[in-house]
Amino acid sequence: MTQLTNLSKMKYTLLLLNLFLSFFLFGQQTPAPKQDIPILVMGATTHIGNGEVIESSMVAFENGKFTIIGNIAMAQGFSDYKIIHANGLHLYPGLIALNTTIGLKEIDAVRATRDLDELGNINPNLNAAIAYNTDSRVTPTIRSNGVLLAQVTPQGGRISGQSSIMQLDAWNWEDALVKVKDGVHLNWPNYFSRKGWYGRKIEKSKNYQTLVTEIREYFEEAKSYNLTDNPKVKNLKFEAMKGLFLKSKKLYVHTNFVKAIKDAIHLFNKFDLKIVIVGGADAWRIPDLFVENDIPVILTQVNRLPSFPDEDIDQPYLTPKWLAEKNVLFAIANNGMWQQRNLPFHAGQAVNFGLDPERAIQAITLDAAEIIGIDKHFGSIEKGKSATFVICNGDILDIKSSKIRYAFINGREIDLDNKQKVLYRKYQQKYNQEIKK
Amino acid sequence: MIRIFLFSVFYFLFFISIFAQGTFPVNGVHDYRNKTVAFINATIHQDSKNEIVGTLIIENEFIIDVGKNISIPKNAIVLDLTGKHIYPSFIELISEYGIPKLTKTKSHQRHGMQQFLSNKKGAYSWNEALRSEYNAVSEFTSNESQAKELRKMGFGMVLSHRMDGIAEGTGTLVSLGKNTIANNLIVNEKAANFLSFSKGSSSQNYPSSLMGSIALLRQTYLDGLWYKSYGHTQTKNLSLKAWNENLDLVQIFRANDKLDILRANKIAEENHTKYIIQGIGNEYQRINEISKTNSTLIVPVNFPPAFDVTDPYDALLVSLTDLKHWELAHHNLRMLDEANIQFAITSSDLKNKKDFLPNIRKTIANGFSREKALDALTSIPASLLGQQNQLGKIKKGFRANLIITSDDIFLEKSVILENWIQGQSFFINEAAPNIFGEYNLFIENDTFKIKIESPPSSTISIAVNDSTNLKVKYQRIGQSITMSFILPNEKNKTRLSGTIDSASWHGEGQDQNGQWFKWKMNLISKLKLDDPLHIVQHEKYPEVIFPFVAYGQKKHNSENNYLIQDATVWTNEKDGILKDYDVLIKNGKISKIEKNIPAIRNYRTIDGEGKFLTAGIIDEHSHIAVDRGINECTQAVTAEVRIGDILNSEDINIYRQLAGGVTTSQILHGSCNPIGGQSALIKLKWGESPENLKFENAIPFIKFALGENVKKSRTSFNNRFPDTRMGVEQVYRDAFTRAKEYKIRKENNDPNLREDLEMETLLEILDGKRNITCHSYVQSEINMLMHVAEDMGFKVNTFTHILEGYKIADKLKKHGAGGSTFSDWWAYKYEVIDAIPFNAAILTNHDIITAINSDDPEMGRRLNQEAAKSIKYGGLSEIEAWKLVTLNPAKLLHIDDRVGSIKIGKNADLVLWSNNPLSIKAKAEFTFIDGEIYYERKENINRKKRMEDERNRIIQKMLRAKQNGAATIRVETTSPKIYHCDTID
Repeated sequence: MTQLTNLSKMKYTLLLLNLFLSFFLFGQQTPAPKQDIPILVMGATTHIGNGEVIESSMVAFENGKFTIIGNIAMAQGFSDYKIIHANGLHLYPGLIALNTTIGLKEIDAVRATRDLDELGNINPNLNAAIAYNTDSRVTPTIRSNGVLLAQVTPQGGRISGQSSIMQLDAWNWEDALVKVKDGVHLNWPNYFSRKGWYGRKIEKSKNYQTLVTEIREYFEEAKSYNLTDNPKVKNLKFEAMKGLFLKSKKLYVHTNFVKAIKDAIHLFNKFDLKIVIVGGADAWRIPDLFVENDIPVILTQVNRLPSFPDEDIDQPYLTPKWLAEKNVLFAIANNGMWQQRNLPFHAGQAVNFGLDPERAIQAITLDAAEIIGIDKHFGSIEKGKSATFVICNGDILDIKSSKIRYAFINGREIDLDNKQKVLYRKYQQKYNQEIKK
Repeated sequence: MIRIFLFSVFYFLFFISIFAQGTFPVNGVHDYRNKTVAFINATIHQDSKNEIVGTLIIENEFIIDVGKNISIPKNAIVLDLTGKHIYPSFIELISEYGIPKLTKTKSHQRHGMQQFLSNKKGAYSWNEALRSEYNAVSEFTSNESQAKELRKMGFGMVLSHRMDGIAEGTGTLVSLGKNTIANNLIVNEKAANFLSFSKGSSSQNYPSSLMGSIALLRQTYLDGLWYKSYGHTQTKNLSLKAWNENLDLVQIFRANDKLDILRANKIAEENHTKYIIQGIGNEYQRINEISKTNSTLIVPVNFPPAFDVTDPYDALLVSLTDLKHWELAHHNLRMLDEANIQFAITSSDLKNKKDFLPNIRKTIANGFSREKALDALTSIPASLLGQQNQLGKIKKGFRANLIITSDDIFLEKSVILENWIQGQSFFINEAAPNIFGEYNLFIENDTFKIKIESPPSSTISIAVNDSTNLKVKYQRIGQSITMSFILPNEKNKTRLSGTIDSASWHGEGQDQNGQWFKWKMNLISKLKLDDPLHIVQHEKYPEVIFPFVAYGQKKHNSENNYLIQDATVWTNEKDGILKDYDVLIKNGKISKIEKNIPAIRNYRTIDGEGKFLTAGIIDEHSHIAVDRGINECTQAVTAEVRIGDILNSEDINIYRQLAGGVTTSQILHGSCNPIGGQSALIKLKWGESPENLKFENAIPFIKFALGENVKKSRTSFNNRFPDTRMGVEQVYRDAFTRAKEYKIRKENNDPNLREDLEMETLLEILDGKRNITCHSYVQSEINMLMHVAEDMGFKVNTFTHILEGYKIADKLKKHGAGGSTFSDWWAYKYEVIDAIPFNAAILTNHDIITAINSDDPEMGRRLNQEAAKSIKYGGLSEIEAWKLVTLNPAKLLHIDDRVGSIKIGKNADLVLWSNNPLSIKAKAEFTFIDGEIYYERKENINRKKRMEDERNRIIQKMLRAKQNGAATIRVETTSPKIYHCDTID
């Protein structure tokens, strides 16, 4: 199967394909069954996800979990294993897309396909997982670029709702769930606001402080509610925030401007919450604050324009390196849903601007897993962890060599086909037919 | 005493009826008067160059004599103005004085609903923003409160008009005299014709963009010609009739920006006319280009307040542009003058009118000539209005418009005492006696020392004994003075009321217990105060950078001879990739591609070892570097609008994209109508003027568009045809049918043909002189347009986006169209659900000239990476992939004879990369355009450092200004709008 879906081979197997045409044209990518035989990957350069690399490695996994990781020299006595020869290939943990709307919308501009921004301003009780569409035609296109896990996140309002961690090969959202409701997403008020003709004027927002106060008051009430043993009136919104105060859930604070970040950290430290800054464009200005308070940051997009007209034109590209140098825990993310297939290239751009390549991989695997609290089972190639990984032709961060050959989620080999490849083949047929005529 | 006397004269003159005879009946006894006034012993500034101490005689509203030794008529009222100065009153060219306020009607339109024609009733223009028929004189009535404000500033005459519309109609020249009968204030009913780029109160949708406004103006010139010669026999149009009449008047154009001045002047030149152009005070930022227009300007003296930059993080929002403008704005007049640009000064956009004279004085303190300042307020506006024989000077026979000032008007302490307008006198300020000095104050048996060193309402200090100093406020009205203070050891106030009588002040007072007493005060010594404006600081003004934004610079290094050695050269030619080759750039052209070219004197040698030299990236689809709207959405066909009219050389995205190796960008109109506007092809020559950005001798293009944007699918409601793809087809068929008819009439030299910019553009398409770039997604509509084109006899040069191109590669090939696509975009709207990232590869494999474009200023910075995606998806070779962003777009744009590859004789538009350019690890280290370095990674570090130092220097200056009491405003910035195809506003 996977060999058939390998693109470069496609060219040479067109005739063969004709036989399977109907299946390939109209069939969808079927979720893979449970791993039933142990598998050994031999010879790959394995990027553990924690910064380490094993050249000529062996990676064995059984029942969906890694069993042995080591040098290829250890690979003896695996006769009952299915062997994947991966000499010259690179093995990585499955990439993790944070703060994404994958599965929550199908087409940006078509309202009927959007399930990500609920009415109302304060919606901590919303659960993104139940709206997650496992049959999205978009998901296989990002999966086939190595993204195997996603933090599916609602948007909009002051408190958008709660995200959940999903694996990207499932029959339904229950199957897809890796971690339900990992945290509440709060959009911190804008320090600056737009005004004027064409919205070109940006000024200091006049109601920023008021809005910050509103947040403080809301959290005070929520805390008070959750300290009460038997509240007189049940409030679903406050109930949904209980985990924040128990520290079993994270508060994801979406904000970019340095002063806003500082204000947010200052406020939520008072409530003793586990917070994560999402966006974090200006995090490089105050790395120590993140380190001192043990707060991680999810950088949304490396490939973006500078925040201010006079900012260093390369600043967005340089930020990951600067955070790494200051030992800030950070993940690299990308906005949107279909755009997630370019996640590795955001990390790649950071490498281009000085970030250590393995640290870049860590920022989209293990560190991402740690930030969302799934690192015990995911995010790196380590014994006992879920066998969720990809094998790539070359450097996964460099576009021209970033071709995924195999992908496994919990040891299940994933179909790397997608709607776009199907269309590609379909129209190859059209031109072949014309040649025959 | 003089002051009191003048006061009374003013009082009498008030009742003089200027006109000895009129049509208006009088209710009562006629009170005609004939008044002669002689001003003696004044310093009379007849104009900026001639000043005498002498006599000025006026009779009613005219000056009858002025000179040193002239005889004074017996009947004259004689006013002794010893020590005072007389100037001609100022003339304001931009004002809505006496024009009723426009009541704007609120639009109740549904979102997306358009108004296609004017709502104005009557036989007027189709477009509500064309209001040539409006004459300010028809509504003018004097308005005393507005007049007072203008008179206070020194104005005696204003050119008043309604600032509303693209053709605003005419303004009327009126005096600021006080008269309830407007008739007697008007000097010239139609003194000037006003134009602008903003449609004002018009609720009609067209034009919605700056380029639409420009097109509308250009077309109206043509319509005027047609109406004059033929149109009026067919139809009546009061707007066009007035338009034609107004062409004979002085033309004043109200611009919104320095670049608008250049834009307006282009329209003037095209129509063989000359505009007087109102600027906004940032003209120094493009002074060379503005100087070349030879336009006369009307400029404000608005100086921006300092920002409150106390918080260093808040200060991040403030741009270098605004910081520098704060520092340079008051040098504008001087710089304009030094560039020999003629201008008048206006007070119009000044928020606080009290700043008018102080701001002019500030420019003089900074080296602007006081003679020029006076000219710009008097003789220049007078002669611009053709009134040089009766206004703007103090001269026999001229109108008696004059101001009397306490001192040389440009001194800080000087105040305007009176403003005489056509013989009527208006009291402005009293002549304040100089009372600054040290005095002894005697109250009963006590003596205090008083020091008065600042004007009334401010503080004086009273030394009670050697150790106690009281700070008290004092008031002076005329000769009377009031003071109150609490003496040491007392609880309540002592109050004084008295009279100033030269050196001795005296009066009565009440002590804290209410007991009356007498006091007096004797002058010990006068204080001599230096007027700071006596000291003119001919300071060198801070440097102006080009463009006037961060990363701009004082002077671009125009060196264009370089030798790049030992590079891996991706030629895009037969030679393919050459390793360890040298490339010689001579006079901006590629002159040698060889191994081991020896170093040449005066050629900078660049070590290319380990680096990759390629042709510069060409972005076929970009929307950077434009001003005020990328879409003229308001009609289905807007072939008349031109991106080339609205290029913005000051967009930071130009520099950011240079850093990504882009050297040429095609700036396209947006995609919200089937036939959009004309494109502009630019080279990213950071720092150059908009005109100089344009790619020379490029075949012009126009943007077409299909699909959802054209159908306006994103708005909840649409009433603009077309709403379906079926309608889109008919728009094309209709437009080209009309174009063909137009062509026949034109070829037959039909004298009655109305030259139509829209049709002229379509004709260019039919004649193969203009190429089409068509925004397109799905195969059905692409096929449709090719059919229409083939039926109508033209070709579609490029389908841009063309995300379903892979479905019809054969048809594209047959038609001869090329494709310019996204590497991997999809799922953002319904019509892109079948987009696939293999598109570029499939099209390439079918020998279709294929490019990958950005349509986005962020993606435009890394098109090399986007090209690499065609290797990943579809397996193109590196050379094929690289051509997608270099040679292929050059071919699509028909500029491949000059750019797109490394070939001897071609323009040296080159990029030296740190790595294989298709690798994510590649950074542009040098970007050359025409052999000149426009971006250099290493130099950028210095440039950034300079920019940051400059920011810091000005921020420190602002902080000092704040500390010294200057008012500050909250931080803000104006960010260039980021445009995409479907940006509608």
